[in-house]
Parts: sequence; structure tokens; C-alpha cells
Amino acid sequence: MATSRASSEKTIYIVDGARTPFLKARTGPGPFRPSDLATSAGQALLLRQNFEPGDLDEVILGCIMPGAEEANIARVVALRLGCGHQVPAWTVQRNCATGMQAIDSAVQSIAQGRSDLVLAGGTEAMSHAPILWGPDMVTWLAKWMAARSLKQRLSILAGLRPAYLKPVIALLLGLTDPVVGLSMGQTAEVLARRFGVTRDQMDQFAARSHQRLAAAQEAGDLHEIVPLIDTKGQSYDFDDGVRSDSTVEKLAKLKPFFDREFGDVTPGNSSQITDGAAWVILASEQAVKTHKLEPVARIVDSHWAALDPREMGLGPVHAALPMLRRRKVSLSKIDFWEINEAFAAQVLACLRAFADPIYCKETLNTRTPLGEIDEACLNVDGGAIALGHPVGTSGARIVLHLTNVLRSRNAKRGVASICIGGGQGGAMLVERV
Amino acid sequence: MMFYPDLQPIALEAQNWRLGRDEEDLLWLCFDCDGASTNTLSSSVLTELGGALDVVLSEKPVGLVIYSDKATGFAAGADIKEFDTVMSDARSTVAQLKTVHELFDRIENLTFSSVACIRGFCLGGGLELALACRHRVALNANSRFGFPEVMLGIHPGFGGTVRSLRRIGVQSAMDLMLTGRTLDAHRAQRIGLIDRAVPERQLLKAARHYARAKRTLKPLGIVDGATSSKLAKPIVGHLIKSQVAKRARQQHYPAPYSVINLWRDNDFNDRAMYMAEARSVAELFTTQTSQNLVRLFKLQERLKGFGRGENPKPKRVHVVGAGTMGGDIAAWCAARGLQVTLQDMKVEYVGAAMKRAHKLFKRRIRDKYERLAATDRLQLDLDGAGIARADVIIEAIIEDIDAKQSLFKALEDGAREDAILATNTSSIKLEDIGSAMSAPSRLVGIHFFNPVAQMQLVEIVTSEATDPDVADRAAAFVTAIDRLPLPVKSAPGFLVNRVLSPYLQEAITMAEEGIPGAVIDEAAKNFGMPMGPLEMADTVGLDICLHVGEILASAFGGEAPKLLREKVTKKQLGIKTGSGFFEYKNGKRQKTKITGEAAAETEVIDRMILRLANSAVQVVREGVVADADLLDVGMVFGSGFAPFRGGPIADAKRRGIDQVRARMEELGNKHGERFDVDPGWAELLSE
Repeated sequence: MATSRASSEKTIYIVDGARTPFLKARTGPGPFRPSDLATSAGQALLLRQNFEPGDLDEVILGCIMPGAEEANIARVVALRLGCGHQVPAWTVQRNCATGMQAIDSAVQSIAQGRSDLVLAGGTEAMSHAPILWGPDMVTWLAKWMAARSLKQRLSILAGLRPAYLKPVIALLLGLTDPVVGLSMGQTAEVLARRFGVTRDQMDQFAARSHQRLAAAQEAGDLHEIVPLIDTKGQSYDFDDGVRSDSTVEKLAKLKPFFDREFGDVTPGNSSQITDGAAWVILASEQAVKTHKLEPVARIVDSHWAALDPREMGLGPVHAALPMLRRRKVSLSKIDFWEINEAFAAQVLACLRAFADPIYCKETLNTRTPLGEIDEACLNVDGGAIALGHPVGTSGARIVLHLTNVLRSRNAKRGVASICIGGGQGGAMLVERV
Repeated sequence: MMFYPDLQPIALEAQNWRLGRDEEDLLWLCFDCDGASTNTLSSSVLTELGGALDVVLSEKPVGLVIYSDKATGFAAGADIKEFDTVMSDARSTVAQLKTVHELFDRIENLTFSSVACIRGFCLGGGLELALACRHRVALNANSRFGFPEVMLGIHPGFGGTVRSLRRIGVQSAMDLMLTGRTLDAHRAQRIGLIDRAVPERQLLKAARHYARAKRTLKPLGIVDGATSSKLAKPIVGHLIKSQVAKRARQQHYPAPYSVINLWRDNDFNDRAMYMAEARSVAELFTTQTSQNLVRLFKLQERLKGFGRGENPKPKRVHVVGAGTMGGDIAAWCAARGLQVTLQDMKVEYVGAAMKRAHKLFKRRIRDKYERLAATDRLQLDLDGAGIARADVIIEAIIEDIDAKQSLFKALEDGAREDAILATNTSSIKLEDIGSAMSAPSRLVGIHFFNPVAQMQLVEIVTSEATDPDVADRAAAFVTAIDRLPLPVKSAPGFLVNRVLSPYLQEAITMAEEGIPGAVIDEAAKNFGMPMGPLEMADTVGLDICLHVGEILASAFGGEAPKLLREKVTKKQLGIKTGSGFFEYKNGKRQKTKITGEAAAETEVIDRMILRLANSAVQVVREGVVADADLLDVGMVFGSGFAPFRGGPIADAKRRGIDQVRARMEELGNKHGERFDVDPGWAELLSE
């Protein structure tokens, strides 16, 4: 039986989807810019459809750090995909849930009857994050460029201080909460203390993420990946952040990174810095008929919630619980979960919060907690700890992957949920058709 | 056209020119060749231009703009159709050129400003006309400038040598005239060939600006002043000649050398140089080289004609097989604006092809946005999703009959009904592949040559079963990607490989006999081949040569040379293994000392070239190709056969067919039946 819904609601179908392999940032900028990643994955996806790229009603793409030459990157990519001049495109951001926001924006657009066929997804090339100059240097440069005479220039040159040249790493800045000042890793430390998650538990979770991804790769289960080739002829066809030989023992040797002396969160039990793009095609009932599409799933509902930025990692609890209550879906009806692995500590804290009557009552005002999520149903093919977390992309990837998990394991219903830096959470309820 | 102002028409007695006055009292002279898609400067066009100038002068305008609104551009050059009459007599050529000089002088010496307003091609005589104007402005997007005369064995003759030297100096002018290459508007502006390259929206304003401009004279730069001094000229001339010699020998291609001499022996500020130019061109027109090149140019137009049917322009191409040929075909199509999907079994196989594609785009496409668009047009397609949408599907997988048969069965099911199904096979008969298909009439051969980006010829191979409409559409596709389609029949080796094979075999046989490889290759180059046969074999790969040789041997008798077989067994396959007939390091040929017995060069050349000519005659007799003209042009553009000789059959005719036959009999007595004179020679003689 399908989940209950209001009779006025339109059905929103997921028709197909694809993503690039997730490529771990190693030394310097990777071979692909954000628009290159989104274009490659989108081309392969659109090529296999029954419709032309120009049949899309709009393209919605999420991206946190588009290149300076990629203003409204969605439009750049739509044009590069051959959608033609007449398909509008816009770019969305909701920090770590950006890719999910793109999908939800498409859902709304279709629900309102504005669009019937939408390409939505996310892209990020975190390895291309810029290095900036601080305001002192920028002010100095502005003066220098305004100077006319040699005398002026000399005097301005004399005012240049070495400290001005200190670079600002945009990526680190982006991963620090701009209001409360904690780094994302430190918010995970906060949750670890609050819910008593130990270092060993974190490392076990991380090792399992790698093992699950490795197993899925071995079995050839990641059909959603379309390969890439760079300009030097090098090909990329798998998520290369995976460490199939990862063990708790090895992970235990890593030093905490965020609270360096007294913390537990290490690079090994955190998500990786990675480049990648993911897309899904969403369609209305009408578009399915017109283009004879074969939808694989539908998006039943989605929900956004907000909470203390210091505990941003609990976002999934705040987003998923009200959504499931609204749809009257109990825990036992959910076959599979994708909760984005920003940090092992953060996912484990979520699991405990979902099951914690006091937390659920006090912060979510519900009489009963959701219950214990079976970890055998959670991130069954690994998560961001193993394959990376390109911030603009992950939200789209977990929805795409959840759809594929439901299909390949012949299951009915799943939830994709993600925590959002700045203190928010997003969740999406997906059902096979 | 909206980019030109509203004009008050002024009556002209002309078919090819229109005149009008705009509201700013500027005259606009439109060049519009009657009944032709392209503007050429035929004698009637030039005569009319003289009359038009009289009218322009009587109107006393503020300035004059010469422009064209033809889609193909400003002007392509002189009218090649008139070359036959021109070539015949040097004295009348000089006289004709003199009248053109006088006409262009009148334009140059107008008391008011004149502007050539250029959109599109401005080549040869067209550029000479533009240079006679005081200013040139051009649309930046698609304009191209150049002196391609050298490709026809001549050089500019409407005063272009003098005016280009004056306008842009020795270095740039020589580069244009000696290489025949074309420049885009940006480069043309950078070297001063044009005043401004502007976008469409600025063209009208720019033309008017220059049409009102006062005369200014720019002095020559220091470098040009120094290189043009009497003292420096002989040395600089010698240096330029040694550069040219690397690409073309004087006895084969005299025109570039004539340009250098013209500059060296004259002062371009002196009127006498115009006369010298005319005499030099008239002399070049009478050379075999020029006549052969002009003939080939016309035959090239004939080839293009095969692709000019009423066919929709293909948009999407799917290539199966990302090896050297498949990958390069895909890249070329993407560079020419088609949407391409490239399929192979593993992503790694496609990687090397993509790498070469990026190199091609980098070399050929200067605009970075255009380059990105080409990159985006070339798409990896492991699952063959592109098959269902493609207008043209080209198979370039391994030369294995079973593999090809099952592929075409699948393609037949997956492709659109009107899609062209083509094979790039060079050795398997179309009939054999087609036998597995339910509609063999759909199968056509589209046979490219390696390297795809350099070899202009593409064989359109048809079997008895092939639907003529499919063949026409295949030719139209080839024309659409700027290659030259040549219809040939499905016979082993088709045309080019079949004719070339005896030539390569003879070279290898001579190497077997102990004649040093370097001597053999040098002889071929002295004959005018761009590359020696043994180096060519090393480039193609000796395994492939052997494979083709065996297929031809099984069809026509004979056998592949022993030495070739030995080398293949020893895995000395040419450049790709670093060793073949020569040694290679990083793809570069290593110099070898010449050892072994010396041989008379004429004997070496005759043995190779006459075997080639003999098989050429045989192929024409068998009807693999429609006639000897097409054979000649096919061998030039498909194998690089010495262009100045006009092709194998033209060259044999020049030598005298009787003499050729006698020489072959002589060689036959010495070397055996492979020199048997083909009966086709007798037919040629009776023509």
C-alpha cells in the first residue's frame, strides 16, 4: 500500500539518475571543474533518455563553490548539456544539503504545476576551492589600482605589509560555522560527548563504511556511476576514496584533527574532501505519459528543520521524524536509510537520538521516539566517510543511491536524510513504484 | 542585410556590382557575383569594377565602402575557370595582369578614403583588392585572410606581392604567400593586414569611421626596414629559402622561390615590381606544377560535388571502436561541429582517444569557448546509448569478420531506420559483413585514412547491394565534415591501399635485395613523395601492412615480401615498437648510416612508381573507380602522391605511355612478372 497522501497532491516521479565517481582531493585542484563534473554526468544520463535535453522544463543544480567563471552554474551546465537556449536553469544552496535542496525545488516546481520534467542535482569540486586574500590585502590592491602617479604608487607600495599576503583557505572557512565559530568537526565532538559516542565506536563505524563501499564496488552494484575521462586521457570509474583494507586498528592510530589534544574525531572517521556530481530526473504524471518514461520511484515527501548550530549533526532527526509522523509511517515501514556520514560520531548520535524518548520529547515534542534504526538497513553500500562528501552533491547522491538500493534489493520505502552545517537537517521519503 | 545602411541606389551598368549612397554621403559598392554562390574576380567582374569606379568618381563621395553580402564571404580570389585560357600564353597573361594593376592603382589612389568591409572569406585576388583599399575592417567571427595561390603553383598577381610587403612587412607577408595558410581576423589585425576586427554589431560603424578617415601612412618597423635593406636582402632571402626547402623543393614547387626572388630583386616602393610580379606569375602559369595543381583543384571540386545532393545535414554521429581510427574519426567529427558518441568496451580504451582528441582541439580550435563546446560534443558512450539517435554510425572495431557481423546485426536493430550504417574496414569485403544483415542495402563503407586530421580523402565504398541513396548520403556526410568523398567499388584494398601496396612491396623487396632503406626512401622523396615508402610502412605499422598485403595477395596473386613477414615475426612493427625498417626513439626516426650497395636512383624510382602506376591503370580498367581523373585526385589526397605531378596516371601520360610500357618490359625482364604491363595501358593510349 502506498503511503497516505492528500488527494490534491501530484505524484512526483524519479525517472533515472546518474553521478560521477567521487574523486578524493589529493594534491591541488582535481582534473574537473564543478561544471565539467555536472556536464559529464548529465550528458551520459540524458543520452539514454527517450526525450531530448530541450524537452526539460528546467534545470536546477546545487553548488556551494562554483568557479569564478561559473556564475549561475546551473545555466552554464544546462547550455553545455545541449538543453538549448530556452530551458531555464537556476542554482541553489543549502550548505551540505544543497543537492537535496535542488531535488526538493524540482519537486515543488512540479507539484505547483510549473514544470513537468526537471533535471536536478548537485556538483562540487572541493579540490578547486579558492585561496583568498584577506580584506587588508584587497583594500591595498584597490588603492594600488587607483594610483596614477609614480609617487602615489611608491607610497602605497611602502604600505604593503607581509601579513597582508597570508592566504585565506576558503575551504576551511566554509567548514567553520560562521555564527558560533565551531568547526564542523567540533560540532561532531559536541554530539559525541552528549550521546556518549566513543572513539572506538566511531572508528568501527568508519571501517564498516569503507568495507561496505568496497563490497558494493566488488559486486558491481554502483550502477549510478558514469565514468569520466580527463583531457590527459586518464579515466575515472570508481569512488577512489575507498580503503578496502581499512580496519579499526589502523583508524585508531590517527590523531584527532579538530580538537587536537582532547578530541576523538579524526580524518579517518570523518567524511572526505572530494569532487563529484549527481543528478536525478524528476517527472510529473503528465511527463511520464508524454515521453513514455519508466519511473523507478516517487518522492512522497520532504522536510526541512533547524536546530542549534552547535548540534547541526542531529539535523536528520529533526527533519525525518516530523516527516514520518506527518505521513504516518512507522519505523518498521522503512526498508532502507541513507543518512549522510558527515562524521561517524554525528550519525551514531542521530541513531541514539532517534531512539531516545527524552531527546524526542524535549526537543521534538513527540510522545514516543522513532525507535532503534537497524544498522543493517543504514548506508548499506557505505557513505561519505568512504566515498567523500562533496558538499553540494551529497544530498542528491543519497537520494539517487537510495532509489537504486530500493530497486536492486526490491524494497519498498526508504528515507534519505542529511545534516546541514549551520544547524539544519533535510529528509526525503522515497517509495518505489 | 540589417548591418548595412539604407542606400539610395545609383545606376551601374554591371551584373556583378551594385552601388548606393547612404545618408552620410558615403558610397557603398556591393560585390555580388551574378548567379554564383561565391564571389570570384573573373575578367568580366574586373571590367565592370572599372566602370563602377568611373561612376564612383563622378559622384564625388566622402568615402567608399566595398563590401559583399554573400554568405560565403568577400571574395575567394581569381576565377579558376578562366585559368585554362590564361595559362596558354604568357604574353597575354602579362597584359591582362597589367590592366588589373592599373585598375587596383585607381582604387589605391582615390582622393577620398576607401574601405573593404569584410565578412567571411577574403582570399587571393579578394585580399589583393582589399589591400588596394586604404582600410580594411572585418567581422571577427568568421573572416579569413590568405594568399592560397601557392597551392596552385603560382603567387599573387594583382599587385598582392607588392602591397602585402608594404602593408605588413617581409616576415608576415612571406609567411602568408609562402605557406598559403589563412589567418582569422584577430591574427590579421595583429599583423596589420586589416585595420580592425570587430563583432557584427560594430561593423557598420567601423566601416563608416574608416570611410571618413584621413590618409595616414605608417612607416615600416625596424625589423622590416633592416631586412629590406640592399645589404641584408641576399642573406635574408637565402635564409627564407632554406626554410621553404624543408617543405618543398624548388624543382617540384617553384612558386615560393619565385616570391622570394621577386622580393629580393625588386624594391617594393618601385613601380617596376608590379611588372616583375606579372611576368613571374605568367611564367609560373606555364609550369607543369601549376597546371597539375590547378587540375587537382578542379578535381577536388568534383569530389566535393559527390556530397552535394539534397540531403539533410547529419547532426549526430556514433562511432564504435575507439582505436586510432575510430577515436580520430570521432574527434574530427566533433571538431567539425557534430555531436559525437564514442563507444568501446572499456573506459580505458577510450582514454587514449580522448587524449588525442584534446590535442586536436587545442591545435585546431583557438577560441576557448569553441574548444570547450567541441570537448562537450565528444561524449564517452560505453553502453551505446548514442546508437538510437545517430544519423551516422561508423564501425571502426578490429578487422574480424565475426565481430563485425554481430555488431552490424545489433546496429541494424538499434539504429534509426534512416541512419547510415558504415564500416571503416580496409580489408574486409562489404558483401561479407552485409551477409549477416537483414538489409545489406543499408551498409556502406566510409573509409578514412590515417591520420584522419591530415588525410583529406575518404573512400565511399559500395557493394552491389548498397542502396545508391545511402552512398549519396554517406558522401554528403563526408563533405559536411570537410573531407573529400571518393566513390569506389568494394574490391579488396578499395582504391588507395590497392594502388599503394605494390609500391610499398617493391620498396620492401629492394630492401630485401640489400639496397639501403635510406636510399630507397630518399629516391621516393626526390620523386616528390611526402614520405619514403619504408618510413610510411613503419608509420602505418608493419603488421597492418602485412595484413593488407596478404589480403591483396589472396585476391590478386603474388605474395607479401619475406622481409616484411620476418619483421612482423620479430615484433619489429615500426614506430609503435620503436623498430621497423628504421629505428625510432619517442616516435622520432633515428639517423642511420647508409650501408650496403649503392643503386641507381632512376632504377629505384621506376621500380616503385611504375608498379604503382601499373596498379593504378589496372584499378581504372576494372572500374574500381570511375575514371583516371578520379584515380589521380584520389591518390594525391588519399596517399600524398606527389601533387605537383598531378597523380600517377597524369604523371605516366606526361612521361609518355609508350615509354612507360617499354620501361616496364625492361624491368620485367630483370625482375619478373610483377612488372607485366596491364592491358589498361592500351586503352589509355587509344583515348
